[in-house]
Amino acid sequence: MTRSHFSRRGVLKTGAIAGAGLMLPTYLRAQESGFTNAPTGDTVTFGFNVPQTGPYAEEGLDELRAQELAVQHINGEGDGGMLSTFSSKVLDGTGLLGKKVTFVSGDTQTKADVARATAQSMIQKDGCIMITGGSSSSEAIAVQGLCQEAGVIFMAGLTHSNDTTGKDRKRNGFRHFFNAYQSAVALTPVLEKVYGTDRRAYHLTADYTWGWTQQESMAASTEAVGWETVQNVLTPVGAGDFSSYIAPVLNSGADILVLNHYGGDMVNSLTQAVQFGLKGKQVNGKDFQIVVPLYSELMAKGAGSNIEGVYGSMNWNWQLQDAATLAFVKSFGEKYGFPPSNAAHTCYVQTMLYADAVTRAGSFNPCAVVEALEDFEFDGMGNGATLYRASDHQCFKDVLVMQGIASASGNANMVGYDTLSIVETTPRAQVEYADDHPMFAGGTLGECAVGA
Amino acid sequence: MDAIILQILNGLDKGSAYALIALGLTLIFGTLGVVNFAHGALFMIGAFCAVTMQRLLTWSHLVVDPTRTDFLGNPMQTEVPYLASLVGVDTAQAMITWAVPLSIILVIPVMLFVGWAMERGLIKHFYKRPHADQILVTFGLAIVLGEIIRAVYGANPIQSPAPAMFSGSVDIGTYLGFQPNAVVYPIWRLVYFCFSAVIIAAVFAFLQFTTFGMVVRAGMADRETVGMLGIDIDKRFTLMFGLAAAVAGLAGAMYAPIVSPNYNMGMDFLVLSFVVVVVGGMGSLPGAVLAGFLLGILQGFASMNEVKAILPGIDQIIIYVVAIIILLTRPRGLMGRAGVMED
Repeated sequence: MTRSHFSRRGVLKTGAIAGAGLMLPTYLRAQESGFTNAPTGDTVTFGFNVPQTGPYAEEGLDELRAQELAVQHINGEGDGGMLSTFSSKVLDGTGLLGKKVTFVSGDTQTKADVARATAQSMIQKDGCIMITGGSSSSEAIAVQGLCQEAGVIFMAGLTHSNDTTGKDRKRNGFRHFFNAYQSAVALTPVLEKVYGTDRRAYHLTADYTWGWTQQESMAASTEAVGWETVQNVLTPVGAGDFSSYIAPVLNSGADILVLNHYGGDMVNSLTQAVQFGLKGKQVNGKDFQIVVPLYSELMAKGAGSNIEGVYGSMNWNWQLQDAATLAFVKSFGEKYGFPPSNAAHTCYVQTMLYADAVTRAGSFNPCAVVEALEDFEFDGMGNGATLYRASDHQCFKDVLVMQGIASASGNANMVGYDTLSIVETTPRAQVEYADDHPMFAGGTLGECAVGA
Repeated sequence: MDAIILQILNGLDKGSAYALIALGLTLIFGTLGVVNFAHGALFMIGAFCAVTMQRLLTWSHLVVDPTRTDFLGNPMQTEVPYLASLVGVDTAQAMITWAVPLSIILVIPVMLFVGWAMERGLIKHFYKRPHADQILVTFGLAIVLGEIIRAVYGANPIQSPAPAMFSGSVDIGTYLGFQPNAVVYPIWRLVYFCFSAVIIAAVFAFLQFTTFGMVVRAGMADRETVGMLGIDIDKRFTLMFGLAAAVAGLAGAMYAPIVSPNYNMGMDFLVLSFVVVVVGGMGSLPGAVLAGFLLGILQGFASMNEVKAILPGIDQIIIYVVAIIILLTRPRGLMGRAGVMED
């Protein structure tokens, strides 16, 4: 005689447990649905939207290198880079919430409309949960607006216009990079100390959002210490030959030329200003000087020896000696053979900060990520103690004042990297401002958006 | 007054580049009837010939310096040019600073070859096709050439300095009775203007005083009759394509110290140069040169702060405004043949 092992109570109990087990993933999926591109498989996709062609292509390609490195570190590949120094310890190199991170990249061509189109494709076709990148403020502002509409997070890359976290700020967008106002308030005390208070400045300004806010910030801060702004001339982006804009400087009575230019424009305008004999010219009994408010290593490389003695500012520099910078430079340098630029640094940090926020929130839901990032204080990412301010999504941290110098190593591959020297680290307190500062007025973050 | 003189100089300088590119465009249109939108790319390739010459002269081998370390703490590898080992450090340094003028010996054969390859490999298949097809294919070719340069040299502008003796500026004002430092102008830009004048004169002399040039001019006037005389005019026109490419290449190479070469620089000049050709008169070589300088100077004046204070943004549109006026009032351009572009 055989005896059945099934009992009514046993079947019910087993059924209940099995049912609960089967229901659990559905419950978890429900937790991770209701927002755009909620990840369902065992991977999650980031969108790296950077210029790979156009005037800012070199910055974009360096950003992409850093973003790829960040993904490797999040997935537990390589030496981990800044994971070992980051003050938040939730990232353990096993991906994100049990999913492996993958990425797609797009070429924005350094054009705002193309950047928006590639970001849209990343969100709609590739299912990206987060977009990062941008090497110009017009790109970043365009993509930030799209991400807000679509309900995904935008972690801005190289964008320096006050407007990105000013009048165009969005709840779903975050900027780690510093801004034009912070450049100006960091740079001005050094300029005042070196060049004095009795100066007449002539501004050449790139005719788009970044140029306008950079000029406004520099004029305001230098006028506050006694400088006079003689003239501000807007120049088209990508003009190439700036001779017709530089020639009038010669007899304007100005003794300082402020080049509110970036990328290839700065390389050309600075080179041509030097060719016109402005550096070393005597005006008003003083040596004529040139100032470039925003520096990058790749611009310095392009400008060569013309940057010698020229002051500017940076968000971060590979020559800093803190543990985080050393770890990142080692990781990046061993992979690519040269140091990272400050554009690369900000994109690496932004990717890491997003991953960290997702992990702390325990969710990919954009609103949960926003909550995790707002007023987040952290350290160990190369800029010292840093705050992601909730009211405008701008990071507050130290700013570097730089000066161009002669190449230290004599190695052609290091030009731009070793031709910029750190003059001063301006403390965070000095570059902080109220969130209703007039230069940042006119915008509201709005509500966090989850999209679908 | 000093501001006006400076802008005239700027205009002559810009006009030199416009004129050289427009000259090549006109040669190609006049001989082959092709609207070559890849001509700006030829200017860009010429500039990169200067970069290549600089790279060749500074081609280095690595020498480990155990007394210094690199950014990763490894022994420093310093670059020592092969040229320094061959001719000595001082001679090598002198040659390296002359990379841009020396690149002329590289530009001419390279550009003649590029022009020949373009014409034989691609453009000849479009002779009988409508101008729209020619524009599309040559514009596409320009993008391809730009991307090839970007892949090889990167997207960042590459500094290509002028020789040290030409890298400074000269106080022209003192020669004209102005105060010292009132009219200061970069020496290399003056060199560029003189160089352009020589090239333009050489092209005209070649067409005017050689048998080859005479046949080409005859072919431009009446291709069929020249062909019936037993002259292989197609072969000569192919060579003219190469010559036009060489002129664009030379213009680009010598322009490298003025605007640091980047893969996109050809596009900046292309549209303006086409406007120059249209204003000068399609197919008219003197017209292209005249319009090049004229529009360059007009653009210089329009860039003056005093002018822009009255008409903001005029510097960006002045060339197109002039082109519209010319096309409305004199469709054949300043020196174009009667009937061309008038039907």
